Amino acid sequence: MKKSTARAAGALSAATLMLLGACGTGGGSGDAETSGEPEEISGSITVLTQRTDIVDTVFADYADRFNEVYPDVEVNFEAITDYEGEVTIRMNTEDYGDVLLIPNTVARDQLPLFFEPLGTVDELSADYRFVQEQSFEGNGYGIAITGNASGILYNKRVWAEAGVTEVPTSHEEFIAALHAIADNTDAIPYYTNYADGWPMSQWESLHAFTGDPDADNVLARTDAPWAEGEEHYQIDSLLYDIVAEGLSEPDPLTTNWEESKTLIGSGQVATMVLGSWAIVQMQQAAEDAGFSADDIGYMPFPSQVDGVSYSTIGGDYKQGINVHSDNIPAARAWIEWFTNESGYAFDEGGVSPMVDGPEPTTLGDFEPLGVQYVELNPPPAGEETLLSDIRTTSEIDLGGNVYRQRLVDIARGAADGDMASYFEELNTRWADARAQVG
Amino acid sequence: MAQVTSATGTGSLRRATARTAVTRRGRRGRQGRANGWRITPWLFLLTPLALLATFTYVPVGNMFLYSVTSWDGLDPALEFIGLANYVEIFTRPELFRVFYVSLYYVAASVVQMALALYFATILSFSTRFRNVFKGILFFPYLVNGVAIGFVFLYFFQPDGTLDTVLHAVGLGDLSRHWLGDPDMVNISLAGTSVWRFMGLNFVLFLGAIQSIPGELYEASELDGANRWHQFRYIIAPGIKRIISLSFILAISGSLSVFEIPFIMTGGANGSTTFVIQTVEMAFTHRKVGLASAMAVVLLLIVLIVTWIQRRLIPDDEVNLT
Repeated sequence: MKKSTARAAGALSAATLMLLGACGTGGGSGDAETSGEPEEISGSITVLTQRTDIVDTVFADYADRFNEVYPDVEVNFEAITDYEGEVTIRMNTEDYGDVLLIPNTVARDQLPLFFEPLGTVDELSADYRFVQEQSFEGNGYGIAITGNASGILYNKRVWAEAGVTEVPTSHEEFIAALHAIADNTDAIPYYTNYADGWPMSQWESLHAFTGDPDADNVLARTDAPWAEGEEHYQIDSLLYDIVAEGLSEPDPLTTNWEESKTLIGSGQVATMVLGSWAIVQMQQAAEDAGFSADDIGYMPFPSQVDGVSYSTIGGDYKQGINVHSDNIPAARAWIEWFTNESGYAFDEGGVSPMVDGPEPTTLGDFEPLGVQYVELNPPPAGEETLLSDIRTTSEIDLGGNVYRQRLVDIARGAADGDMASYFEELNTRWADARAQVG
Repeated sequence: MAQVTSATGTGSLRRATARTAVTRRGRRGRQGRANGWRITPWLFLLTPLALLATFTYVPVGNMFLYSVTSWDGLDPALEFIGLANYVEIFTRPELFRVFYVSLYYVAASVVQMALALYFATILSFSTRFRNVFKGILFFPYLVNGVAIGFVFLYFFQPDGTLDTVLHAVGLGDLSRHWLGDPDMVNISLAGTSVWRFMGLNFVLFLGAIQSIPGELYEASELDGANRWHQFRYIIAPGIKRIISLSFILAISGSLSVFEIPFIMTGGANGSTTFVIQTVEMAFTHRKVGLASAMAVVLLLIVLIVTWIQRRLIPDDEVNLT
């Protein structure tokens, strides 16, 4: 449940428009036009959700509140534990609910086959963020349930104990800070969460830390993403050095996600790369462990361009409408109500999917650091599936855990090779795949 | 891979059903002629045959179909690409390198079988507390695989149960990263697998041993045979068939190991097996077509290995007299 939420956050890598400053109170009315008057919409809809943990509580309450506006619509929820896996298989039939979270594995050119267009990207973007991430040929197919910022989660108390007071802004400073933690405290400086796999994919969401909203499009056009200086080189070499210098947990094969929350909450672990969705969970874990929620801090990737740090923001799962739905107006009414009225994103501490939505309280740490948010640009027309095609063909799962687990294995000396040889292999596979995909 | 397992798994079942069907038809055939109801047995067979086709042959047929397409598991259109997936499998040696991991499990299954045979023999004689020991030995097989995976994750953790025990008995020097050490990980996993499946072999062997008539032991004792002689000349030949069946199951099981390494390491740190690799191909890289072809290849490999084993160990009738 918490885990599935986390998986959703891994999807940050998609793509979107606009460079947002400390995004704000832009114009535009919060109320999108609904397809009909509330009284006219009736019937029953099924909503698929990954939140097995709160479907009977928070979501039931949402349904009641929704019914106050749309009394004739019956909302049924279906909560699915292995959301990605089950829903993609169900999508081979016509029966996959009326409203569902668009699985990350759906390629952009497949969107029209499975989902009802919600409007053009230009129209939707007036009210909503992250619309581009599930769009094809100018149409938007889903609205994000919440948004995430990328960064590194750390235990402030432990970092302060180690004598590190300044947030590191470069590779060297970050490694030095972790060394200080190793030398001056009992805490494990960095926890990879290697065994669960999916937390490794959080490293991918750090990309675009150079502030380039075209980072994904650049990636699709380069033959050597792991050449020195490139974003993926910087991200993965940081992970490599952390592990190679012994700054991570002793046996990565026996890590445990649920346990890791308590570990960082209580200060036995100092640092983890996780999306902003994790902040609320870790604050809770800190309190449960008898410490303060204020111990949990959040910093951007240690790299600056002209003295500015960047954090990529992107949508979590997006709600779309089953193209086979019998009750599209009601489904649409649900999506709009959920986004505009439910308060889900705010309660989860996420970035609002609405252009003029409330600021999350969880990203307070970014303000004094002057962190700028980056929203990725969509791929140009005709190249919508280029990046995902290269990923599939090269079998380098940027949003997965396989290739980064191997990186960790090499770094700790458990697999053959070194950073240079592995990066060279990745570059070759990437270039070959690019050549094949054309 | 689920499809492969079900295909091979129901194989023996299918053969058994076929055999009972034959005998039954013989008997009813005679009755049928008398009553003029030749169709009756087929009417009775309709339901099981329909179930068999729906749950065994159609899915396997689908797997063969997917294996000649470039399907991603989602797209409504299947693009036929002929044998390209098979060509890809056989031109990428790294896909077969994972069978090296299977060798650990083959070795482990030999150990497993030896242990099972040892315990079954001992407990087939009158031993004190034999029922308690039977229970203890069989119990791990009853625990569900996911639970075992998690229990052993804690067991193998640094300073976990295993390390604690080793330190307690003064063997602390042996302690290492049971799963983190690339030279150790497959041994640890194969060991878990032995712990889990030994009980099943044990029960099979015990059942077979107990079907050997007791007077043979008495007669041999009169002739001056000791326990080893009894094992060597009565028990071993008496349960030869069940031993060879267990070996076939163990070898095909070793080629298609999945559950324990998948739950415990997810195939990381060089513990990937062919089936984990297939799952990765289908669900991480979205190459369902290629993964189906890999499943077909595994099915063929298992069939060939089984065939070779049957040729090497002929299925003689057991004759103890």
